[in-house]
Amino acid sequence: MENYETHTHDVLIIGAGGAGLRAAIGSSAQGASTGLVCKSLLGKAHTVMAEGGIAAALANVDPKDDWKTHFKDTIYGGKMLNNWKMPFNHAKEAPERVRELEHWGAVFDRTPKGKINQRIFGGHTWKRLAHVGDRTGLEMIRTLQDKGIHTGIDVYMECTITHLIKDGDKIAGAFGYWRESGKFVLFKAKSIILATGGVGKAYKVTSNSWEYTGDGQSMAYDIGAELIDMEFIQFHPTGMVWPPSIRGVLVTEAVRGEGGILRNSEGERFMEKYDPERMELSTRDVVARSIYIEVKEGRGTPHGGAYLYISHKGADYIKKKLPSMYHQFMEFADVDITKDPMEVYPTTHYIMGGIRVDGDTCATTIPGLYAAGEVSGGMHGANRLGGNSLSDLLVFGKRSGEAAAVYANNLSTNLNIPADLIESYANEILAPFSSTDGENPYAIHQDLQDVMGTYIGVFRNEENLKHGIAEVDKLKERAKNLKIEGSRMYNPGWHLCRDLKSMLMVSEAIAKCALQREESRGAHSRVDFEGYDDEKWGKVNSSINLQGDTMNITTTPLPEMPDELKSLFTEGT
Amino acid sequence: MSEAILRVFRGDANGGEEKEYKVPVEEGMVVLDALHYIQAEYDHDLAVRWNCKAAKCGSCSTEINGKPQLACKSRMDKFPEGQPITVYPIKAFPIMKDLVTDVSWNYEVNKKIPEFTPATDEEFTMYQEDVERIQEFRKCIECFLCQNVCHILRNHERKDAFFGPRFMIKIAERVMHPMEKIDRREFLKDEAGVGYCNITKCCTEVCPEDIHITDNGIIPLKERVADKYFDPLSWVLRKIKGK
Ligand SMILES: Cc1cc2nc3c(=O)[nH]c(=O)nc-3n(C[C@H](O)[C@H](O)[C@H](O)COP(=O)(O)OP(=O)(O)OC[C@H]3O[C@@H](n4cnc5c(N)ncnc54)[C@H](O)[C@@H]3O)c2cc1C
Ligand code: SF4
Ligand code: SF4
Ligand code: FES
Repeated sequence: MENYETHTHDVLIIGAGGAGLRAAIGSSAQGASTGLVCKSLLGKAHTVMAEGGIAAALANVDPKDDWKTHFKDTIYGGKMLNNWKMPFNHAKEAPERVRELEHWGAVFDRTPKGKINQRIFGGHTWKRLAHVGDRTGLEMIRTLQDKGIHTGIDVYMECTITHLIKDGDKIAGAFGYWRESGKFVLFKAKSIILATGGVGKAYKVTSNSWEYTGDGQSMAYDIGAELIDMEFIQFHPTGMVWPPSIRGVLVTEAVRGEGGILRNSEGERFMEKYDPERMELSTRDVVARSIYIEVKEGRGTPHGGAYLYISHKGADYIKKKLPSMYHQFMEFADVDITKDPMEVYPTTHYIMGGIRVDGDTCATTIPGLYAAGEVSGGMHGANRLGGNSLSDLLVFGKRSGEAAAVYANNLSTNLNIPADLIESYANEILAPFSSTDGENPYAIHQDLQDVMGTYIGVFRNEENLKHGIAEVDKLKERAKNLKIEGSRMYNPGWHLCRDLKSMLMVSEAIAKCALQREESRGAHSRVDFEGYDDEKWGKVNSSINLQGDTMNITTTPLPEMPDELKSLFTEGT
Repeated sequence: MSEAILRVFRGDANGGEEKEYKVPVEEGMVVLDALHYIQAEYDHDLAVRWNCKAAKCGSCSTEINGKPQLACKSRMDKFPEGQPITVYPIKAFPIMKDLVTDVSWNYEVNKKIPEFTPATDEEFTMYQEDVERIQEFRKCIECFLCQNVCHILRNHERKDAFFGPRFMIKIAERVMHPMEKIDRREFLKDEAGVGYCNITKCCTEVCPEDIHITDNGIIPLKERVADKYFDPLSWVLRKIKGK
């Protein structure tokens, strides 16, 4: 086979969003030689798009806030399906992680007393989200990036990992290609952290970028790691609906946090019907379903959405607090949000499920393989609260980086990577170039997005799910023979061939878990099984793993909370 | 639905040529959508960088009808109907393929800038009015359009001597941080080459984030350096402003 580059590290981190960067800083601080790989340029990962804020009980604005309330809010938001240890560590450590960012150069908006300002989001009891206008993700990623590059890590940008490699039961390396040249590259590493983010590109209407193809989930699954709770896809209530080319682009929850009001075409403030107490600041699953129902019952806007008003807050306030939203609507939709309402509709946004990890170390079920950020599962249960992702990235980025470094430093065995394995991976990746009768990967991608949107969307039922699964199966068959022209140099069509394989895998998992869970909980709504079934489904995670060459779907018991934490949920709620 | 004609540069370091494509136009469509259409329907291997498609990540910088801009922010309906739209890679950086250029120099420059060094380990007390001006610089999405148009980098090829506008405001952001403790004036003058900028403001004009790179960033930096060293241009400026 052709020559390929080899790089060796103690710890290899795949993904350079908030989780990957924070992991790299953590690993490097333990003295481990650390490599960081990403599909895009550094600083362009999904995290850059985050808008509204980072949730942490700093109690700068609402002095009553504390980690216990944040912990409880997260678990209530997750409909009791969280792996309790994760929200526990998260709530306790988030404030420290945010303050640390400030010392690394992040410049958050301030309170009148000169502290980090905080805003409210749905499901949070207190004003809790540290923010910078509506560009908090940019602030976070740039800060971590600038910290990271001075800690001696090696960064490999525009490099796509296609396979994880084990030696025996342990992780040993990762294989992939440079996007620019199309040449192959092998990374040998004692431990690997997956921080590759989510899966939104399996859907057409999504707030997610091209990178969100589920690579991490699918590569981990391929080598035998367990995934959990893949049925829980968060549809963010407010995506843009018009014009068509911008459909799905996010309208931050900060609009509602700053006082935004939802109305239907009849002018009715419809959240009064669905959650009179919390109204627009109900949890995302509830608001998304409410908008969906309003539109379905004929009370939608001209382009099939709901109206979101913020104009009553005044032009100055809006431009200061929501500058990106102001520009986004002005430039893309010709709507001046200081005067007119926005039109919004649910958009695929986030996946709560993912790779099963240990709540302290982020270790997966494969020795030496770790996962942090959106690619991991358990932290958010059945529904994520806004702002809890950015803090998740920091808390578990750090924890995973440190744990992976300790594992690598203690590992005494020599790891081997067989050459014939590399050759078979290379052949697999190159196959579309030699196909003569294969299919266009873009066409299959579009078909997949249609299937996912139609059969495995906000509301689900058995018939649709079964149909969807059969359709995904057909697409998997078609995707076995793909054809691509051109050279290996920066060839997006060729890249999509591999990404498709990941998207098909996660789509199958989402659909099969959704079929298995015969209840409605959080983001998973079954019209044929309305309401919670706590008896049967309240205490189990969905579990996915590869057995032979078929996908095995079962349930595993939800980790049980210690009594002293349980009591938090019974005292005076 | 109307139709647009795009003339897109196809090629690599060894040369290339314009290729013409016909693309159906939907309401509100941007140039990046048209490029995606081309990828899906005609040439799957057309290379273009993008991530957010919402002007937030700074990946999709190209030169459209000769004007450097974000492809995801350029509405098709802003161009005269019936006339071809040309799309080229940005020119100040070496081409990789089609619309993708090698911007790695920017990452090397960034690494040379010493990190933020806070004066205290305690929690910061900083007021909104004190951080607002550096928040302006921190809006930068690293599209490198300003680097692309700065004549010192683009025409005079002085990448060896001048860090360029993007990194001037990065240094400015640290210099003006209320908690920063290190003096960066020598660095600014000797390494970053702040003296090379002659305030043409081309950078400010292309910035998609509307950052006042020159007025709020570079000129104050020049003034600070002039406090310590002599810089003829800022000396003249001060005379004019009567400071
Ligand atoms: C528009 C928008 C707004 C949001 N706003 C908020 C908010 O206000 N608050 C909040 O808490 N959350 C928010 N979220 C959610 C949050 O931003 C994401 O969940 C989070 O940023 C994910 O971070 P991550 O580190 O897990 O992954 P990412 O930041 O997505 O990074 C993934 C990385 O993995 C790399 N990668 C992927 N596959 C491969 C591969 N095969 N090989 C090599 N590299 C690979 C990518 O290149 C990238 O570097 C928002 C999300 C969106 C889309
Ligand atoms: S103002 Fe200075 S930095 Fe900006 S384009 Fe002109 S010379 Fe370059
Ligand atoms: S300063 Fe403006 S033009 Fe320059 S890189 Fe940043 S966002 Fe782009
Ligand atoms: S795609 Fe992100 S700025 Fe254009």
